[in-house]
Amino acid sequence: MAIEVRIPTILRSYTGGAKVVEGSGDSINDLLSDLDGKYSGLRGRLVTEQGALHRFVNVYVNDEDVRFLGALDAKLSDGDTVTILPAVAGGAFGFAAAAAIIGHGAAAAAVVGHSAAASAMIGHGTSAPASSAAR
Amino acid sequence: MTRYESLLDACGGTPLVGLPRLSPTVPAGAPPVRLWAKLEDRNPTGSIKDRPAMFMVREAERAGRLRPGDTILEPTSGNTGISLAMVAKLRGYRLVCVMPENVSAERVQLLRMYGAEIIFSPAAGGSNQAVATAKQIAAEHPDWVMLYQYGNAGNAQAHYETTGPELLHDLPTITHFVAGLGTTGTLMGTGRYLREKVDEIEIVAAEPRYGELVYGLRNIDEGYVPELYDASVLTRRFSVGTRDAVLRTRQLVEVEGIFAGFSTGAILHAALAVAHEAVKAGRRADVAFVVADGGWKYLSTGAYGGTLADAEDALDGQLWA
Repeated sequence: MAIEVRIPTILRSYTGGAKVVEGSGDSINDLLSDLDGKYSGLRGRLVTEQGALHRFVNVYVNDEDVRFLGALDAKLSDGDTVTILPAVAGGAFGFAAAAAIIGHGAAAAAVVGHSAAASAMIGHGTSAPASSAAR
Repeated sequence: MTRYESLLDACGGTPLVGLPRLSPTVPAGAPPVRLWAKLEDRNPTGSIKDRPAMFMVREAERAGRLRPGDTILEPTSGNTGISLAMVAKLRGYRLVCVMPENVSAERVQLLRMYGAEIIFSPAAGGSNQAVATAKQIAAEHPDWVMLYQYGNAGNAQAHYETTGPELLHDLPTITHFVAGLGTTGTLMGTGRYLREKVDEIEIVAAEPRYGELVYGLRNIDEGYVPELYDASVLTRRFSVGTRDAVLRTRQLVEVEGIFAGFSTGAILHAALAVAHEAVKAGRRADVAFVVADGGWKYLSTGAYGGTLADAEDALDGQLWA
């Protein structure tokens, strides 16, 4: 049973740079185990030790969030498309800068850009801890 | 028509209009499935953000956090900035917006017209530079007030007290509410209200899925979920790609004459999905969705014309919702 899986940029180190990979399984849980066999370590980035989806990971089956379809137990059928994305909020520049001021370090580090130029900088610059600005 | 004492009093009370041409056709004898659009572009500055902006300012005033002449600091270039600029002007505050220097000209012009001051962070310095600029400003001005819409309960409460009751009043037969998921304020506030009042209401989120550049986080652990978000309020959550959002935005103006921004296209895409499911299941449905803003501010993207592929390219790497 073939399921198309879209891999986000930050996880492509596990798939040899591939944007789209194929896997199989009757549920998201099965699929992630199957993928982990081919791309060792991938599952561990998506599922916590307690066996739940990582808080900052969103997984969609045919564009619908699996958290509302049974999470890891969400059923899969042949031909489904699974998309994996990191969680970002809308108006991302605003949240990142706001979070930096208020002191949410993780969010501040996750700044996303308004343009290709700005985005290209992500991953190259240094991220100062945001907590110093907390008040 | 209704008379108001000032523009601030004219916030909310937006029309709910039926979409007879976009609503799916049901087989003869089957229960009706109808789409309804809540025109939030009819708010004072043209977006749904006027509701939370006004509410958060009033709450801060009530709590004594804001006093006449104070300065509000908001690191946003989006609709919230424009709404806050208008409210700040009318309520006697100074608004300072921090934004990258490469945002669209419409945004900058609108903010300046409303009297906001803008501090640009260098585009060349990237996003880290923007954060650094915001941090520096906050450190230099500890007396400036930040409302922080992603964690401000007033954002959701504005919708609990206004958007939700308006919808129920205008559409007592409502079965689905569909809105965009950004700060999550609209869905949390309206969703909570409708869940209390309407049995088996479905609260459906449409989340914009941007081009890859936007997801250039360095690590999964660096993701972000707004403090306001409570998944238990939602029934379903869809991720809508740029192409589908553009397609539906164009369809909305072509078929129903509603000229909206791209986030509305994403919302309509999810609304149509649940409407068609209802038809298939033979269930009655009154699906209300949010038109978050008009299309005016996005014309310069060029994404309203040309092919869908052109539009997708034009919006790649942009935060279109």
